[in-house]
Amino acid sequence: MFWDRTLYQHPEFKQGARHLAPQAVGQIPWALMTGVALVNSGLSLFESVFMTLMVYAGSAQLAATPLIMAGAPAWVVLITAFCVNLRFVVFSLHMRGYLMHLSRFRRIMMGYYNTDLSYVLFTQRFAHPASSAPDRLAQEAFFAGMNFAYWTGWMTFCLIGIGLANAIPPAWGLGFAGILCLLAIQCSLASSRLRVLSAIVAGAVAVLSYALPLKLNIVLAIAVAVVACLMAEQLKALKASDA
Amino acid sequence: MSGIEANITDVWTLLVIVGLAVITAVSRSFFFLSNREWHLPHWAQRGLQYAPIAALSAVVVPEIVMTQGELIATWQDARIFAAAVGVAVYFAKRNVLLTIVFGMGVYLPLHLGLGW
Repeated sequence: MFWDRTLYQHPEFKQGARHLAPQAVGQIPWALMTGVALVNSGLSLFESVFMTLMVYAGSAQLAATPLIMAGAPAWVVLITAFCVNLRFVVFSLHMRGYLMHLSRFRRIMMGYYNTDLSYVLFTQRFAHPASSAPDRLAQEAFFAGMNFAYWTGWMTFCLIGIGLANAIPPAWGLGFAGILCLLAIQCSLASSRLRVLSAIVAGAVAVLSYALPLKLNIVLAIAVAVVACLMAEQLKALKASDA
Repeated sequence: MSGIEANITDVWTLLVIVGLAVITAVSRSFFFLSNREWHLPHWAQRGLQYAPIAALSAVVVPEIVMTQGELIATWQDARIFAAAVGVAVYFAKRNVLLTIVFGMGVYLPLHLGLGW
């Protein structure tokens, strides 16, 4: 990954970092507010720092933290985080062709440091996996450079946010910024009618089944929403074949 | 949340955090974890695209419309107005930062000023 000399000494590494940096500036307040929200949700200072350094997944952290504080069992927290991260599962399907020539360890490191932004920018710039070894290395270095820039910026501002959070009383309700951030990401995912349906169904089911123990309402909501959307797809297909 | 409990580090929480780090690596490497060629069933692949928004919605919506396990009974709640403005701003500007800024711009005066 980015501590690998063959990557960070490659000219494409710098290119990648330079390509990403200006586009990532908009993410700075998000990193700050993630740090603030972690502390305000009730994690201790050490837990907040530890989570930031280890997990490196803003929306999953924001989704998991209230569950941890509510005393939900670990598997519910982990499944929720996995589900919030499912978009990355889809990205990994796309990235597979670019990375399969690497060792498993390197692939996992590439995956761990991937972000929404670097995935989008990478696949925009390289529409196809390289076919020669030097080109593959260049792509890998570019990707690593972007991830290095993002990781450094994210960690810096998230940790600053954690530091600032202690100066901000929880009663102000600034933790709500974390919810607004998730709401914005949710809106950005609402790219089709069926996805909007998914959001509506999941939101409704999560509220209606809120009384379920172990925060199971979230897992139930995801399952019902996915099934509802698959059924709606089938209905649409049936109607189309009738017409 | 309370001042006394707020800064106690809990070993269980740390273990869950390590688990979350593993989840980050596994979810982001999911389809290149295995060295073998393998395929997800077609229906599952299609279903996958509806899960991320469902997961976020399931977390976010109760945080906006519920208080202590009950659906809120009043419209005098700062969160509803902030969320509505946030959504409107997002679709107008397609910008996460502006969504947070405008949403909090509505939330804070209502919450701190009027106690909603």
